[in-house]
Amino acid sequence: MSVSDGRQGQEEFQKWYQARFNQVKPKPPILKNVFWAFVVGGLICTLGQVIQTYFISLGLSQKEAAGPTSAVLIFLAALFTGLGVYDELGRKAGAGSIVPITGFANSIVAPAMEYKREGYVFGVGAKMFVIAGPVIVYGLVTAVLIGLAYWSFR
Amino acid sequence: MNKKSGNQTIAYADPPVLAAAATIAGPMEGEGLLNGQFDRVLEDNLAGQDTWEKSESYMLEWAVRTAVSRTGGTLDDIDCILAGDLLNQLMSAHFAARSLGRPFLGLYGACSTMAESMLLGAALIDGGFASRVAAAVSSHHDAAERQYRYPTELGVQRPPLAQWTVTGSGAVVLAREGQGPRLTVATIGKVVDAGLKDPNAMGPAMTPAAADTLWHHLQDTGRQPNYYDIILTGDLGQVGKTLLIQLMQEKGIDIAANYEDCGLMIYREDQDPHAGASGCASSALVMCGHAFPLLVTGRLKRVLLIGTGSLHSPTSYQQKESIPAIAHAVAIEA
Repeated sequence: MSVSDGRQGQEEFQKWYQARFNQVKPKPPILKNVFWAFVVGGLICTLGQVIQTYFISLGLSQKEAAGPTSAVLIFLAALFTGLGVYDELGRKAGAGSIVPITGFANSIVAPAMEYKREGYVFGVGAKMFVIAGPVIVYGLVTAVLIGLAYWSFR
Repeated sequence: MNKKSGNQTIAYADPPVLAAAATIAGPMEGEGLLNGQFDRVLEDNLAGQDTWEKSESYMLEWAVRTAVSRTGGTLDDIDCILAGDLLNQLMSAHFAARSLGRPFLGLYGACSTMAESMLLGAALIDGGFASRVAAAVSSHHDAAERQYRYPTELGVQRPPLAQWTVTGSGAVVLAREGQGPRLTVATIGKVVDAGLKDPNAMGPAMTPAAADTLWHHLQDTGRQPNYYDIILTGDLGQVGKTLLIQLMQEKGIDIAANYEDCGLMIYREDQDPHAGASGCASSALVMCGHAFPLLVTGRLKRVLLIGTGSLHSPTSYQQKESIPAIAHAVAIEA
């Protein structure tokens, strides 16, 4: 008799085991994770505000300053990904460093670096959007749908 | 002569000797709980190679060559190399075997491969098909991450259940004759599916397979857990370890006193491995780097190693399949 067929069939054992597993499964430290996500996410956004204020002080309008501000944040995220720092940050900050635009930059630079060894075409080129791809695809689809809705109700 | 014992167990008639072993580990493993017990610790995960995969292959080749040289012989004395790793198409083992230039059989048992290769190597020797066999495995944290999960530089948060793939390789030379601990009994495991689907829950997914194999091992041999100085599972991790003790308890078998998981013997808590170590090298480093020297010096007399393997793939979990698992047991006695 094995541990599994001692409990009348595979399915019943799996159900029983799943329940047992859920009892001992460690819970993620939600408070700690939320705290770090808030602090790091907040600091990234504050940094973005500082950069935007700087560009506005150079004479750009608020709308015009958005482009260069994003570019600087993307550059910084790419740089720190390349230096091997951003993944350490993400390990602690979770959503705090994934959600801002810097996280999006990280999700493109990390695979680009990782798959460089498979060459520039099938490595970097093909795999660069392996994480960000779905975001772009469904982002575009959503934009088209919202655009259609806006156009038809205007 | 029938060497089968009970349902799933082999009792070797002329138990092969573990003639020599060798280990090589990554820097994080080198700083862990087994600090000072590895033959070589790399300065970085690349080991002077261009890719993670080549680095893993290099480690496997180094471990085999070092173990063989410790027997006082050369590679030419090795009748067969049995090796495996975690990468697609056994990249590390195949590329290492290309340089080693000896008859080779590649094995895939995921993280159970160390026990599987020892079990089969001993069978080749006891069956009279070989006199000397090298059994080896490797795993590499970064190579495994990019294949099974995400690019290594991606800033993701790992759940507390996740385990850390060990960078390292271990090799052992089994011989028909000589001095040393002997591989006396082995139990071949069945594929058991606990129905878990979370690829982060590999330890808990493998636990019922380990329980099944351990249960059959004890049944087939008529032994009690306390026959062994220590029972080691490969990489169940913290949660899997707790579950295995519970599963065995429900069978009326208490293993808590002399049971440990290799996945909890590699990293210190402050290295933040979460639920423990995993990978082929988890059991290999503990077996070849820690238990083997203790068996040789007689500080351990009887060790049961249960290699545990999670047999899912990125394709299988993306297709929402549950995780099948396997466990093989090998008994080593001084």
